[in-house]
Amino acid sequence: MANDHIDITVEPGEVHALLGENGAGKSTLMNQLYGLLQPDEGEFLVDGRPRTFRSPRDAIAAGIGMVHQHFMLVPVFTVAENVALGAERTRGGVAGWLDRRRVRREVVEVSERYGLPVDPDALVENLPVGAQQRVEIVKALTRDVDLLILDEPTAVLTPQETDELLTVMRSLTESGKSIVFITHKLKEVKAIADRITVIRRGRTVGTATPETPEDELAALMVGRDVTLEVGKAASQPGREVLTVTGLIVEDDRGVRAVNGVDLSVRAGEVLGIAGVQGNGQTELVEALMGLRAARAGAVTVDGEDLLGMSTKQILRSGVGYVPEDRSLDGVVKEFTVAENLVLDTYDRAPYGNAVKLNPAAIAAAARERVEQFDIRTSSPDAPVSTLSGGNQQKVVVAREMSRPLRLFIAAQPTRGVDVGSIEFIHGRIVRERDSGAAVLVVSSELDEVVALADRVAVMYRGRVLAVVDPQTPREELGLLMAGVTPGADKPADGVTPGAGEPADGAEEEPK
Amino acid sequence: MSTATVEDLTEVTAPDRFWNRQRRLGAALVLIGLLATVVFGALATGESARFTLSENAEGAALDIQGQLGAVLFGLVAVGAGVAMLIGVAPRWQTTLLSIGIVGFVVSFLCWQVAGKFLPLVDTVNGTLQLGLPLILGAMAGVLGERSGVVNVAIEAQLLMGAFGAALVGTMAGSVWLGLISAAMGGVLIAAMLAVFAIRFLVDQVVVGMVLNLFALGVTGFLYERLMQPQAQTYNQPPQMPQWRIPGLAEVPVLGPVLFDTNLLVWLALIVVVLIHVALSRTRWGLRTRAVGEHPTAADTVGIRVRGLRYLNVLLGGVVAGIGGAYFTLVATGSFNKNMTSGAGFIALAALIFGRWTPFGAFGAALFFGFAQKLATYLSAVGSPVPSQFLNMLPYVATIIAVAGLVGRVRAPAADGQPYTSG
Repeated sequence: MANDHIDITVEPGEVHALLGENGAGKSTLMNQLYGLLQPDEGEFLVDGRPRTFRSPRDAIAAGIGMVHQHFMLVPVFTVAENVALGAERTRGGVAGWLDRRRVRREVVEVSERYGLPVDPDALVENLPVGAQQRVEIVKALTRDVDLLILDEPTAVLTPQETDELLTVMRSLTESGKSIVFITHKLKEVKAIADRITVIRRGRTVGTATPETPEDELAALMVGRDVTLEVGKAASQPGREVLTVTGLIVEDDRGVRAVNGVDLSVRAGEVLGIAGVQGNGQTELVEALMGLRAARAGAVTVDGEDLLGMSTKQILRSGVGYVPEDRSLDGVVKEFTVAENLVLDTYDRAPYGNAVKLNPAAIAAAARERVEQFDIRTSSPDAPVSTLSGGNQQKVVVAREMSRPLRLFIAAQPTRGVDVGSIEFIHGRIVRERDSGAAVLVVSSELDEVVALADRVAVMYRGRVLAVVDPQTPREELGLLMAGVTPGADKPADGVTPGAGEPADGAEEEPK
Repeated sequence: MSTATVEDLTEVTAPDRFWNRQRRLGAALVLIGLLATVVFGALATGESARFTLSENAEGAALDIQGQLGAVLFGLVAVGAGVAMLIGVAPRWQTTLLSIGIVGFVVSFLCWQVAGKFLPLVDTVNGTLQLGLPLILGAMAGVLGERSGVVNVAIEAQLLMGAFGAALVGTMAGSVWLGLISAAMGGVLIAAMLAVFAIRFLVDQVVVGMVLNLFALGVTGFLYERLMQPQAQTYNQPPQMPQWRIPGLAEVPVLGPVLFDTNLLVWLALIVVVLIHVALSRTRWGLRTRAVGEHPTAADTVGIRVRGLRYLNVLLGGVVAGIGGAYFTLVATGSFNKNMTSGAGFIALAALIFGRWTPFGAFGAALFFGFAQKLATYLSAVGSPVPSQFLNMLPYVATIIAVAGLVGRVRAPAADGQPYTSG
């Protein structure tokens, strides 16, 4: 159950923050309000009258707009076409000729009135994520909404873009519109919200005001006092394990996503890669793992060239890999926990050979790993899809750490994972470092990178802009993530548009 | 500042791929151009190749010495290829490619026609007529696939259309009622496709193939049990009348082809233009494209995704059904078992070759129609080139297109994906 008897009231002209950790049920709640999901019980009142929302049509008619976490824009359409879609202005009666000029005018009008610069004729797929989000907001505003739902709007933004968004939100509430602001970031909530409702495991656990101290909000959100700190000793860097020089990688559209990256990771240290999603991190990791061809450059592990190897060879040579999209690349959902634990070693002793598997050895190993990695499952023979996100991720981590490793690469290791599992996984990553492996952690959560890393590399438009100490002030890291290097006051120009597609948000709601 | 290192942001360059698309295409053109020059040139006789501007050997004509023509036009193709190898502005690419392919085809014709004659009006007319079911079938595909429903059942729709036209046309004694029943036949198949694909989320390619077999079986059975024994009452449909527009019909070559012909030709041309304009300029078109590219986005702005898909698939059924009427109301005077013999698949190939656009698919359908016409011509003049080679052309061309040689072939993003909300 994603939502269990939630009560929430939004007043006109207020920013109402819906605070909760990943998977708490915030998006599920709002998708019901927007008519995408149907509640089993309970009702929504708009201006005091009960309304049912069978589909988004009903919600739009009731003056509700929503900016989804995964943008709902057609990539091959222009901005104006996206804005017009569903509420087209037409001439010529039944023929329904599109009145393009009128849509353009509306887009320009709305974007000027609320300070949301967008070019009506630009193709959405060519726009950076921040601009796509503005398109989404313009789209909602042209439909005369009274209530605007923003679902994790800051997950894909730089700190500076976030500030701009908050300004826009203020100008919206000044003109009398209400906003529901879904987030799990405390700082933003405190900066903008008029009232705060905290949701945990599908229940309202409390309401608060922006004056409530951060640690109190955090405790409400996760249900106990948590420290985001990771307990670790100072690193003992040894020999250079991974070296990347001049790496150039293209994305699926042939655009250069990684544009000349040089990196090195030493044994016994964690290198964290920070950056807003879609700045080449995904392609970088895929190239390292042999999942994507590199156009130029070199990648070596202990002097061995990785670029010519297949993914299997790379894994066998002592590289562990936690992919960023767990359900797509991390586990085979229909397979059991035990099977998922030997996906990489099923054809080697003791688990099997080229011809057959050895079920007894697989089962024994699975029992041991489930124990060691605290994987909460009804049985090692249960399909992995029956596990929670956090436990699925532990299966991936357990599998990758059961080989002797020289290099451990983790992309978004705690995305969509509950707090308890985050702590566990972080602890394991540090343990791997202390046992002498080189560790590369890629995360779009700056907090995670800073907590884990011994050195932080900031990526922007396919480049590593700087490698800095994790103690570097937040503002400076934020500026680097926006492409501003110290000493330069303009964002650096890359050849790659920052992010072509709407990047994945951080949240996976249980259905 | 605690910054350790700051990279300078000069442009990092990697060597551009030498064999880019233009060079690959250029190299291919040079190869086929050389093939034409050497092989066709060597095989062609020195006799004159005569291209007449009429439906027979009479009247004005263009003459060229066979061997000379084969070599000359082969070199045209080589020239176009060389220009692309050297590198030209992208906007010339399509023009050069067309010149190269036309050069190759004409070189081939010079070889084949040497010592004989090729009536141009008859060739153009045949191209258009044979292309009719392909054009209409491909338009059915455009309608369905642009809204996200793969239509592999074009063959079934054509066959059902042909059958319906023959049966009802004969029984009612009216060619127009026949045409309407052809459309109904297409809609019948489309409705089954829509219900299974949209309502029951069955794999669309599988449903399409099953429907093809279903249509083949049903029409085959009824043909053997009903039409064959009582052809008089069930299988002698009236033929579509030829309409001649005075004045315009006198224009050389195009006149007799476009203005002294049957209604289906005009209908097909109108449908192509209509779909093209409507897709880009109307509310229906915008919504159709949105539903084919990103149905969830369409749903969240209040568009009925499934409803629109039903509508488009059924409209496609009407169009393909009318295309099927060509077989029984225009081409031959009666229905025959499996008489479409794969035209629906060629239409599907034209759809892909034309990159899911109405004009592209139209061009591809005409090209394939031309190949079929040429195949008939070659077997008629007793050419040593097996006509089967030309009948293979649509499939070979499509494989080349899908392999990405001719340009990026990109289907609508949600093509073939059933939509479930929530």
